[in-house]
Amino acid sequence: MSIVENATQLAQGALQAVMKKAVELAPDSWIPGGVPDPLIQHKHGLVGTQVARLDGPLKVTGAARFAAEFPLETMVYAALTYSTIPKGRIATIDVAAAEALPGVVLVMTYKNAPRLNPTPAMLTAPKAIGGDQLPVMQDDRIHWNGEPVAVVLAQTQEQADHAASLIAVTYETEIAMTRFEDAKPDRAAASFMGAPMLIEIGDAEASLAAAPHSVDRTYRTPRHNHNPIELHGATLFWQGDELILHDASQCVAHVAWTLAQVFGVDEAQVHVTSPYVGGGFGSKTLWNHQILAAAAAKLAGRPVRIMLSREGVYRMVGGRTLTEQRVAIGAQADGHFDALIHTGVVAMTPHNSMPEPFILPSKSAYAAGSFLLNVDAVKLDMLANTFMRAPGESVGTFALESAVDELAVELGVDPIALRETNEPETNPTTGTPFSSRNIVAAYRSGAERFGWDKRNATPGTRREGEWLVGMGCATATYPYYRMPGGAARLTLTKDGHATVEIAAHEMGMGTATTHTMVLAERLGLPMDKVSFLYGDSKMPGVVLAGGSQQTASIGAAVIAAQNALFTELLKLAGNDSPLAGLKPSEVGGYEGGLCKLDDPSACESYVSILSRAQRDAVSVEAAGSAPLETQHWSMHSYGAMFAEVRVNAVTGEVRVSRFLGSFDCGKILNPKTATSQFRGGIIMGLGMALMEETQFDERTGRVMNPSLAEYHVPVHMDVPEIDVIWTDIPDPHAPMGAHGIGEIGITGVAAAVANAVFNATGKRVRDLPITLDKLL
Amino acid sequence: MTPFSYARADDVPGAIALAVATPDAKYLGGGTNLVDLMRETIERPAALVDVTGLSREITVGADGGVVIGAGVTNTALAADRTIRTHYPMLSRAILAGASAQIRNVATVGGNLLQRTRCGYFYDDAARCNKREPGAGCDAIDGFNRIHAILGASPSCVATHPSDMCVALAALDAQVRVAGPDGERTIALVDLHRLPGGSPERDTVLDPGELVVAVELPALPFAAHSTYRKVRDRASYAFALISVAAGIELENGAIKDVRIALGGVAHKPWRAFKAEAALRGQAPSEANVRAAAELELADAAGLRDNGFKIELAKRAIVATLAELSGEQA
Amino acid sequence: MQFTINDRPVEVEVDLRTSLLDLLRENLGLTGSKKGCNQGACGACTVLVEGERINSCLALAVQYQGRSITTVEGLSDAEGLHPLQRAFIEHDGFQCGYCTPGQLCSAVAMADEMARGIPSHVTGDLTAETIALDHDELRERMSGNLCRCGAYNGIVAAIAETYASAPARQEEAA
Repeated sequence: MSIVENATQLAQGALQAVMKKAVELAPDSWIPGGVPDPLIQHKHGLVGTQVARLDGPLKVTGAARFAAEFPLETMVYAALTYSTIPKGRIATIDVAAAEALPGVVLVMTYKNAPRLNPTPAMLTAPKAIGGDQLPVMQDDRIHWNGEPVAVVLAQTQEQADHAASLIAVTYETEIAMTRFEDAKPDRAAASFMGAPMLIEIGDAEASLAAAPHSVDRTYRTPRHNHNPIELHGATLFWQGDELILHDASQCVAHVAWTLAQVFGVDEAQVHVTSPYVGGGFGSKTLWNHQILAAAAAKLAGRPVRIMLSREGVYRMVGGRTLTEQRVAIGAQADGHFDALIHTGVVAMTPHNSMPEPFILPSKSAYAAGSFLLNVDAVKLDMLANTFMRAPGESVGTFALESAVDELAVELGVDPIALRETNEPETNPTTGTPFSSRNIVAAYRSGAERFGWDKRNATPGTRREGEWLVGMGCATATYPYYRMPGGAARLTLTKDGHATVEIAAHEMGMGTATTHTMVLAERLGLPMDKVSFLYGDSKMPGVVLAGGSQQTASIGAAVIAAQNALFTELLKLAGNDSPLAGLKPSEVGGYEGGLCKLDDPSACESYVSILSRAQRDAVSVEAAGSAPLETQHWSMHSYGAMFAEVRVNAVTGEVRVSRFLGSFDCGKILNPKTATSQFRGGIIMGLGMALMEETQFDERTGRVMNPSLAEYHVPVHMDVPEIDVIWTDIPDPHAPMGAHGIGEIGITGVAAAVANAVFNATGKRVRDLPITLDKLL
Repeated sequence: MTPFSYARADDVPGAIALAVATPDAKYLGGGTNLVDLMRETIERPAALVDVTGLSREITVGADGGVVIGAGVTNTALAADRTIRTHYPMLSRAILAGASAQIRNVATVGGNLLQRTRCGYFYDDAARCNKREPGAGCDAIDGFNRIHAILGASPSCVATHPSDMCVALAALDAQVRVAGPDGERTIALVDLHRLPGGSPERDTVLDPGELVVAVELPALPFAAHSTYRKVRDRASYAFALISVAAGIELENGAIKDVRIALGGVAHKPWRAFKAEAALRGQAPSEANVRAAAELELADAAGLRDNGFKIELAKRAIVATLAELSGEQA
Repeated sequence: MQFTINDRPVEVEVDLRTSLLDLLRENLGLTGSKKGCNQGACGACTVLVEGERINSCLALAVQYQGRSITTVEGLSDAEGLHPLQRAFIEHDGFQCGYCTPGQLCSAVAMADEMARGIPSHVTGDLTAETIALDHDELRERMSGNLCRCGAYNGIVAAIAETYASAPARQEEAA
């Protein structure tokens, strides 16, 4: 990063700091959520009931159409050739054999690719979503092992794949930095989202040294890959200067804007749709494949389908980076923390901006007399790492919550009691009040249901045949975020049907179903009179399905749209209506119309209002409020995670026999889909705990297990029945009183498992994954 | 995938004739390994001779031995009542491998000839003597958690990935092959090679030779046999270590015993040394452990797989303890 | 090449290299069968060949000429959804829905395998005539179908409910 960029960032940082303070000090009522969403008070409505997915019939019949399944006339298929060195330049590239094959329409390399602008990388601009900021196939430079060096278009996939395998490339290699240990001397403090991560409160090292009890440990987590089962793919074509892209995306508006920058066209000239996404977990953003397919389509003048091979996904879609974390806690004999130190090193690249922020959970989990939190990063010549489910928290809670368990052992106290002892009253590093924090209640109900009192605190004391049995727990935590940009169009037609359109996403979270419920309840309509349309960049809003923020973003946008709609309807209703003279804040949706809130007899139906006004429809568009609530309050989701594991005394194999997640995540909108979200996160956490590791060969910078056969994710047999409960206490300052819950489930899981393994065996594993060799 | 011609064979001589007629021909069974390797361009046959229609019978002989056609699917073999009753270790080994979908099409012949899962073999950017003789081996100093601890060479440290073959090795199976020069029978333990200086050759089969059947000799005590597989997830993963074992006790001593190991070598590893040491001995933990130590005496670990030496010993001890417990 | 797909005869000319999966998805427009790895490691491509489940990604189409193939599109009929499809919706046996067609086809064939008494890795007594579809049997037998969203509990509940009485039916028949 240049000095100029640093200075700009510093200036922005200073301004942000002033604004931040002002928002913290403002009266509650000035802040979004200062007046609780009236929906929270609704009783006996749709919200909170079990509703099956509206897209269920489409998904169980195979009729839901995913990105690489749109048929287009004259479409050709793409295949890629990847570099086999980590750094250097292409010396020669011979495409003659490929071009000569029947069916081949185009071979594109840096020599004939259209000129493209560098990709705006995520976090560098509000709508930037590139995995890295490198130009794509613009010169002979190689930046990572696996970088695409050629694109083949052919009439069939078989022809394209074969042609791509015939492209012969020679390289002039340069010395690459691919070893973490070699890079560590050049570690430097990292910034995340434009701000340094360093937090120093008091002298934590001195407090640690002086504390009567302490732990000081190093924990390591390996690289991970998201591995959604749907391969990254797109079907796209150019219509003149307009690019139409059926993508698998968790950020359609971002992709449209970023592609527009790359191709030098107006944002409105890129149209991205993504109605169904076969899993994302942070990976379905913008990587080279959409850019290369669009560039090749332009060059060939043909629609293109690209679907990466599974190996291709590993070569060019980034995953979670590795971390090495130190957690040190100094404590008094009564368990109170004097010092909390959470520091360490991660790897990233020279061309992205994602230093895995593993300290995030330590910023608000516990009260402590002093803090030292920081993340250093080293730069490696590798594929850009990126956001993966609960970036920061998933791996950070492994270290933090393992260390708390180790301290509990050191102190001889129950680990839940130790956590309660250090429960903070306000955010311990910012001083802001918590909006809603019921972690202690979550622990109590979780412990009771799980049977925590049956745990023997002495490790290795419970054995059933070959199996040692143990229990462990850990805290889950993930912030409530709401990013700027949420907006929605709300249209009410004269037959009393409401449609909301928002450029949001459904990757299986249940978004479409849940927000249909919410809108139906807000407007007083049955669900079959409400449509939730999403997954199209032409729709209003810039809504990232990431950071567990989509629920809040949609919620705030729909609140704004509902207010605008009620304003319009009251105008249309005029003076001849029972609603005459009322303000939008004085009415609510009820049984197909508007009613005065404190006098339900003063009502007029939507059909009546529109018909009297001789209108076919009324349509409004509105943007959500600025998300200031996240700075005024400390807003987080929480969970108490409980694991029972069985460790084979002969082989070291670990099996999770029981798991319970007790969550505190605000109001649960749809228990059916929420349960699946929690379980899904927990299962990915079990994978992280026990088996997941992307094998990055440090000699070559190449991933050596780019395959679902060799990169293990949990299978049916690895997963027990997972119990999920929640407090259901609404967060008064969040739309609907709800939090997004896509990421909280993975946090704390690895630590709960590791702590249970310790309880079963007396062995503390501080390097993930906990494979059997570490327990022999 | 490189283009190829395809022909379905009607009988064994026809299959051999087809294979011999085309250079670089390969026999195609269920395709679960070959098609994957062709897609990776590791295998580039010019012709495929489909032999799935041939020899799909399981025949029980008068002496109790069994002849298994090479085209029998893994599922059919594992589910066969004779195998389940008289050779349970074989059923269990097959059922421990892959997934139901793969077992439904994978054949006995194809299972014998499946190739290693070494990541460097699969990646054409890496050096691999098995894929490209003389290129070198990147696995020796790379990721080698799943690699060999026995019988490896400086050229190759790959393992054979089959579960089924481990049981067949323990059961003294014979492999019947037919080729341009006629038929021959090879002991399963001699079918697969150690890598030595030519790891590109997985087996001793000559070009054009086709596996026709696998013969299991009668082995009454194999009814008391089992297969134990240790792996990184609870199902659908290749073995880190596996043990196929059967034991016959008489008067409190081991009269006869069969032990083979999977996941340890370039071939299914028959533990002859351990077997010899155990015959006539009491099946005590100490005796079995000593036999396992003997078998693994020459084992050598690499960067990531040293744990397998101890794991193999423990797995042998636990498996024999289970079997002798059942008979006690 | 001729096939019977979802009870309808199909004739199509394709490259010898074409997998059964790509034949379905790219040549016949039956995109219900999914590609998740193209290497037999995820099960998303599972289809039924004469009622038996296979990974269509590892199957060369040419090898399956003349065979009867059922895909997820063929599970439901004019009368409506297959009971297992309804159970998947009721028990929320999916999130993104991408692995779902493979899970469904796999489970349908698995129930048939149970009825035929085919054992699994976790079957205690290999010589038993019938095998009960308990929690471990079900999970082991479905382990060839990955779900990264982690809908495993819902999938298991849906299958268990749908096929709870399957072994009993087999006994009646026997």
